Amino acid sequence: MDLHLTEDKASPEEEAAVDAALEKLASSPGEATPLGATDGHARSNGLPARSKRHLLLPVLQAIQERLGWISPGALNYASLQLGVPPAEAHGVASFYELFSLTPRPPVVAHVCDDIACMTRGAGALCGDLERKLGPAGSPCVDGKALWQRSSCLGLCERAPAALITAAGETPRERIVAPAKADSISSVVAEAALGRLTAEIDRLDSKVSVPQAGQSQLRLLGRLGQADPASVDDYRRLGGYEALKKALDFGAERVIREVIDSKLLGRGGAAFPAGKKWQAVHAQRNLHRPHYVICNADESEPGTFKDRILMEGDPFAILEGMTIAAFAVGATKGYIYIRGEYPFAARQLEKAIHAARAQSFLGSSILGRGFSFDIAIRRGAGAYICGEETALFNSIEGYRGEPRNKPPFPTQSGLFHEPSVVNNVETLVNVLEIILNGGAAYSRIGTANSSGYRLFCLSGHVVRPGVYEVPFGPTIRDVIEVAGGVGGTGRLQAVLLGGAAGSFVSPKELDTPLTFEGTRAIGATLGSGVVLLFDDSVDLKQILLRIAAFFRSETCGQCVPCRVGTMRQEEALHRLAQRKPLGSNEQESALLKEMAQAMRDASICGLGQTASGAILSAMDRWSLFS
Amino acid sequence: MSEQLQAPSPLIPVPRAPAPEIPAAAARDELEITIDGKRVKVCEGATILDATKKLGIETPTLCFLETLTPVNVCRVCVVELEGSRTLVPACSRKVEAGMVIRTDSERVRLSRRVVLEFLASSVDVSTAPQLRAYMKRYKARAEKFGPRAATVAQPPKIDNELYVRDYSKCILCYKCVEACGVDAQNTFAIGVAGRGFHAHIATEFEIPLTNSACVYCGNCIGVCPTGALMGKIEYEMRAAGTWDESRQTRTETICPYCGVGCGVTVHAQNGQIVKVSSPIDHSVTQGNLCIKGRFGWQFMQDHE
Repeated sequence: MDLHLTEDKASPEEEAAVDAALEKLASSPGEATPLGATDGHARSNGLPARSKRHLLLPVLQAIQERLGWISPGALNYASLQLGVPPAEAHGVASFYELFSLTPRPPVVAHVCDDIACMTRGAGALCGDLERKLGPAGSPCVDGKALWQRSSCLGLCERAPAALITAAGETPRERIVAPAKADSISSVVAEAALGRLTAEIDRLDSKVSVPQAGQSQLRLLGRLGQADPASVDDYRRLGGYEALKKALDFGAERVIREVIDSKLLGRGGAAFPAGKKWQAVHAQRNLHRPHYVICNADESEPGTFKDRILMEGDPFAILEGMTIAAFAVGATKGYIYIRGEYPFAARQLEKAIHAARAQSFLGSSILGRGFSFDIAIRRGAGAYICGEETALFNSIEGYRGEPRNKPPFPTQSGLFHEPSVVNNVETLVNVLEIILNGGAAYSRIGTANSSGYRLFCLSGHVVRPGVYEVPFGPTIRDVIEVAGGVGGTGRLQAVLLGGAAGSFVSPKELDTPLTFEGTRAIGATLGSGVVLLFDDSVDLKQILLRIAAFFRSETCGQCVPCRVGTMRQEEALHRLAQRKPLGSNEQESALLKEMAQAMRDASICGLGQTASGAILSAMDRWSLFS
Repeated sequence: MSEQLQAPSPLIPVPRAPAPEIPAAAARDELEITIDGKRVKVCEGATILDATKKLGIETPTLCFLETLTPVNVCRVCVVELEGSRTLVPACSRKVEAGMVIRTDSERVRLSRRVVLEFLASSVDVSTAPQLRAYMKRYKARAEKFGPRAATVAQPPKIDNELYVRDYSKCILCYKCVEACGVDAQNTFAIGVAGRGFHAHIATEFEIPLTNSACVYCGNCIGVCPTGALMGKIEYEMRAAGTWDESRQTRTETICPYCGVGCGVTVHAQNGQIVKVSSPIDHSVTQGNLCIKGRFGWQFMQDHE
């Protein structure tokens, strides 16, 4: 196909950014070379022969990080290099929050105003910033910077948080958390002068992992005890023993152990991990490539456990993926990590290099004839890309719109090949299963919730952070482990599972934090969020923020979610302003009706859960009377 | 499965064939499913929509078209499938043996109605007769979200002599993108851009069509279900209040330009050609034409 390009030309700097990105991708042994099959969907437009489309996202990222925005000329150049029609490349670029298609200052401060940060003064912080730097979204510091409000940045244990990005020849990022207007503006000023160093935001396990160093920890055991960049440290603490054991076991036995363990996925959907592995393994004789994908697009408000694992114990994730790949017969894997986690991505990248150097990745791992390698894909600001089929489209260079299921990923996943998608925490649990056996693992926890689980405690809690427990403790127990209720000390509500989860009241604190325990009260564990609100919080404002979150994060593909999230937010605003259409009762009936249509008719989990937390709060408290 | 149409042409017999959808039925196994209590056998690979058609059940569809890959985004065709947590789209869900489906349950009617209300409250549906008929059928009330409900209202894009893009009427069914892409034209002039409520159809950086890859085949107009894409003559006549389909004649003939033999339908009002389309079940065109067939007819009414 001949590409039709406008006359806009890329600058030498833009061309250099694209060329450098393509060179880096071409030399990365982890990159897959897809066969180019498509499902014929509009989003898959293009000739199958066009095999570079899956490089579009990292190329756009390179332009954004170098120039601070994606110009028409730069888009033309990227389109030409990759053989992607510019209208489609534009459709992809305009999908992601972190990309700008209009000129924008190189330094951007993303200031989280989401629910966890709201409990820790994000509102006041934004007010201070407005006074200091001017209104959100308008240039400041001689036009070299701007600040903007952001959805949850996954830094909730250090709320309120900000992420500062500085575009340039050597792009820089910096995290400021807990943030004050002064600390943000001084980093912004430094960045505007090009003086940000390459310093990494090191995980402070004392702050983020209050249990660090305790001997009973299985998932967080190495946090703070080892240099996360050192394979030797990792091995000293038992690393790669599980992989060796798995290679001795053989694929069938590995899968049996994972099935026996009754491990359920930790990303939120709680699907039996062993079943996925078995389904992909069963297709090993089809002579089609299989893929293992680690879903590290942790974007559920209030969730930060995966980031902490990636920053503090990256080899464990690589080891878990390698075992998964061995079990299902995959030779390539991707880690899809959210764009707001630059430091976790860098930590993983280092770990991949180190693992390759010591034959823990690459061809014939440990000389055992099994080959596997991993590429990292960074997202660019889209909650929806955590939905596994949206994640595939995102990696493939299409808009991150979910696909209809069936077919399921195990049949037709990444590049339409059989694929296993596992969450970060799920993969770390696999090590424990291989080391101690699936049967032993299944005896930990409760009958229907086996093993260990990480909980992300934030909001009005004394010691926010990620906590590990064997399944069984109640909400109250877990809050006690984290030092009890903070803030005013008088608990109003707990949000379980994040924006897609549900609120519970202080009367329900004796509910066990297990899959079955939360289900019994109509709640969900989701991604392990336990977010506390004291009695000073106006829950109406929290609900409005959740509604705004879904309205801005819906991909817009299907009608119930695209329009429903907008109508839901509008109705909540009317209620909050005491200007209901008809009566409050009519508004709540309308909300319920919309919720049912969104739950029943949306394509994916985003629309299906976008009303859950809001309705759970309205059921428990009469907020709008 | 579409029925075989036998509409004879007043001018030249036009070859007709079923729309290309399910190949070689004979080679496939038949599966039995139950819909609204009735058993029906359909070929493996058929969709729930195919099965409902076979039973004569009318299923509303907006983003579905026989000649395009189903995208199942409008969700107006959802049905209740026993054992499924959510409703499923009839247009794309393939039948499996033993499925038990309800197409008119309370749940189905609620979702279909709310989806139509969502659309009609955010989009101008004044030139979407099919959608309006569905609204009547499901008693959908667009006004229930109040006068301040957000809409996609915007000025129409008139940047060329042949057609008008009025995206305040766009329900984002993806059909035009598919027709411009691999499902028909392979031109890729337009794509879906933006996200969420503000997702929309666009050229790159919203450049005018005249600077884009567009070849003016008008196949996007042919598939648009809401009149968001419209020939300029129709647009202007509608604006002037002179467009009147009841007074129009439709003549089926064959495009005079090249040797492909595309079937065209010539729409005329007051003896003047006002539009040219192509039947979707035409074996040559499947509804598609090129710029000459769709727009190059001025000479026919040149009486000099």
